[in-house]
Amino acid sequence: MASEHSTTGEPTHSDRSAVAFALVMAVLVVGAVVGTLVARGRWWIPPLASVQGRDVDRLLFVTFGIISAAFILVQGLLALLVWLYRDRGQRASHWHEHRGLELTYTIVPAVVMAGLTITAAGLWSRIHSTPPAGALVVEVRAEQFGWRARYPGPDGRFGKSDRAAFTRERVDPATMTQRIQQNPFAVDPNDPAGRDDIVTQDLRAAPMHLVVNRPVEVRLWSKDVVHSFFVPRFRMKQDVVPGITVSMWFTPTATGTYEIACAELCGLLHYSMLGKIVVETQEQFDAWLAGQNP
Amino acid sequence: MDAATAHAEAHTEHELSFWRKYIFSTDHKIIGIQYALTSMFMAVLGGFLAMFVRLQLGWPGRQWPILGSLFPGGMPGGEMTQAFYLSSVTMHGTIMIFFVLTTLLTGGFGNFLIPLQIGARDMAFPFLNALSYWLYPPAIIVLLASFFVSGGAAGGGWTSYAPLSALPQAAPGSGMGQTLWLVSLAILIVAFLLGSLNYITTVLQLRTRGMSMLRLPLTIWALFLTSILSLLAFPVLLAASIMLLFDRMGGTSFFVPAGLIVGTVPVDHAGGNPLLWQHLFWFLGHPEVYVLILPPMGMVSDILANNARKPIFGYRFMVASLASITFLSFLVWGHHMYTSGMHPLLGTAFMTTTLIIAVPSAIKTFNWLATLWRAKIRFTSAMLFTLGFLSLFVTGGLTGIMLGQPPVDIYLQDTFFVVAHFHFVMGLAAIFASFAGTYYWFPKMFGRMMSERLGKWHFWLSFPAAYLTFFPMHYAGLMGMMRRIYSPALYAHLQGLQPINIVVSIGAFILFSAQFIFLYNFFRSTRRGPKAERNPWGATTLEWQAPSPPPHGNWGAHLPVVHRWAYEYSTPGMADDFIPQTQPSGVPVGAGTGDGEGAHRGGDGTHGDGRARSG
Repeated sequence: MASEHSTTGEPTHSDRSAVAFALVMAVLVVGAVVGTLVARGRWWIPPLASVQGRDVDRLLFVTFGIISAAFILVQGLLALLVWLYRDRGQRASHWHEHRGLELTYTIVPAVVMAGLTITAAGLWSRIHSTPPAGALVVEVRAEQFGWRARYPGPDGRFGKSDRAAFTRERVDPATMTQRIQQNPFAVDPNDPAGRDDIVTQDLRAAPMHLVVNRPVEVRLWSKDVVHSFFVPRFRMKQDVVPGITVSMWFTPTATGTYEIACAELCGLLHYSMLGKIVVETQEQFDAWLAGQNP
Repeated sequence: MDAATAHAEAHTEHELSFWRKYIFSTDHKIIGIQYALTSMFMAVLGGFLAMFVRLQLGWPGRQWPILGSLFPGGMPGGEMTQAFYLSSVTMHGTIMIFFVLTTLLTGGFGNFLIPLQIGARDMAFPFLNALSYWLYPPAIIVLLASFFVSGGAAGGGWTSYAPLSALPQAAPGSGMGQTLWLVSLAILIVAFLLGSLNYITTVLQLRTRGMSMLRLPLTIWALFLTSILSLLAFPVLLAASIMLLFDRMGGTSFFVPAGLIVGTVPVDHAGGNPLLWQHLFWFLGHPEVYVLILPPMGMVSDILANNARKPIFGYRFMVASLASITFLSFLVWGHHMYTSGMHPLLGTAFMTTTLIIAVPSAIKTFNWLATLWRAKIRFTSAMLFTLGFLSLFVTGGLTGIMLGQPPVDIYLQDTFFVVAHFHFVMGLAAIFASFAGTYYWFPKMFGRMMSERLGKWHFWLSFPAAYLTFFPMHYAGLMGMMRRIYSPALYAHLQGLQPINIVVSIGAFILFSAQFIFLYNFFRSTRRGPKAERNPWGATTLEWQAPSPPPHGNWGAHLPVVHRWAYEYSTPGMADDFIPQTQPSGVPVGAGTGDGEGAHRGGDGTHGDGRARSG
């Protein structure tokens, strides 16, 4: 191995490598900035459609701004230092301690992180707060590989559901299949509150309906494995864990059709576990609900 | 120069048969090289699997007739099956994390470097060390066998979330493939535990005279702390794996609750909790990413100092930040679970600890930059990959600040943004540091030099290709593209995404191809490379005072004695720009070559016994 030294002023190996590295880093930084500007038009977060999402997006892009600045600063500094201090026959400095400098880059990131932590903690607790009174309540059941929803019906109350009911009785497979299909939410047939409950078909073919500007609480449970209820345009994602019910709430802000994707690997057809949501006015929603058979 | 090393070459090895010397060896250097070579084999395999993943994601639904005839099982008729896609994703992650990076960094570099850099003759427990290595090939055989069993290899992701992984009927890959995955991992974890125990004991007990803890090179600090991390975290995954095996085969229900129905078939389990698996898994899983990044942090610190001809900046802060990262890494596992359904207050707690880790990480980054300030930078292949590490680590680390905040993570969790993040910060960063380490220590390992020309080709292709592959993934993630999906075609929000996926796939193909330059260079150099002298890089640390390659026992008749810290570069008033750790204070540095500053140049041979090993 022979490292090159410049004593004559001619370009050396060291010069060429330094130029190349600084150039690649410049291309990287410029490419990242230009790439992001181009991506903003075509490959970007989908349009927002929920109240909670506004704060999520604000925090996301404030953080994005901070880390972009840090990215440009650090990568730029790296390129600059590599270029400035390439081997040109100089002797390196022996400098290796500077308490003030080290404390600076201990304290500045610590302050920024503290600020982000406090902001994010506030938003996180708002997202997980109790849903407001008057919120629509929908129960969603996830299974390999689809979604179904249950609405409480005109009485506003869900019938009792005993999810383990099917597994306690031993019946032949054909009967079991029939029972699960007829009563996918395992609603207790003796509970009067359950008689008017509305259970949808698979949400891919029969979308879940929500009301614009009305908060909705979604109660999630899974029939088989872990899934994740992800609605990109609402900035909402919640894993659906077998054995427990997890709730989340949000407020859609625009009418239209939205997608539910499964965000947690759940088996062979995970990629096709698509559901749909229709957000409409209260009148349209009432009309839709009235048209459903319990 | 003290006499300890002067007689190194005179030290005669015991006459050992080829098998005892190179196969069932108890010499830490041979074991380290065995670990490294086996890891390289697995890296090719893991990379190859990634190519399948990228082929599918770049061109979903497209038929590749040639591949169909080569891989009739996974790509019948030329189109990849969903099961094979998921197996590829799962096995790529599993292999790269456990069977490549963990084994290469601690098993390979750790084994080779710890005794040499602390001035020991071998590990504290040479037999355990050999046993640790010899558990690795069986683990590989069990893992790879899973490709050939009914249902194929495990397909539940490297995280193997229960109940998907607990119920054989839940997916093809959850059958025999998942059982073998768990058995294989359990075997490998035992290997890691034997190794960690050995490394910790060795660093604590076998440091040579004068090698105080604060004179240790940062590589050793990092490997030492990593070993503590492994020793405390891996048993948890070992226990979890065995519990999952019991759930699958013994009728227990640790992770499976009552009332589940897969398809229309009820499941005979009751009383378990799927979140328990996630907590146990990530209790190892998060420290694991530091098992992969702490050794690189140490190695690049030493390579950086050497090639900048400067002491590492802020040595004490570097040690303190390594130690605090080690400690904090046990307290952040929940940031993988913000959306899992655990209590939101836990999310707040884990966010706090997670964002605190940004502080020691920032200290390290700026200390590396400050090391470059007024340096004299040599652009060896090792240095280029070190600089590449810095850039990639920063890029990946910064996106961690976004993912660390639960409200932001709600949107980004399980998207390609996460995939981009961890590939930069632990995948690419760790592998670039491994390349840096290989170019740097190869002369000591094999007594020969690698080709610098090929090394530079390797870097200048790999570095841009790494960014081309992984940077656009951020945009895919921002669009909301989910991880581990076989195709994004069904989703309205992912329309128009395909150009990004094609760019990523092309980048991945270039990146993978470029690694064959490295493999060629590596294997060619073991036989054809120019003979390496004792200290070709003009380095201060102890391993460079041993012959290249060091004999069995490393140091000849007398152990080296350490008189100073590991970063005596460009000391004012000295003719040479480095002073070995073995140099007693007050004694002028050995005769330079006369140019007054380039004494580290190849060929000076004035350090050590003054004799390069010329063949």
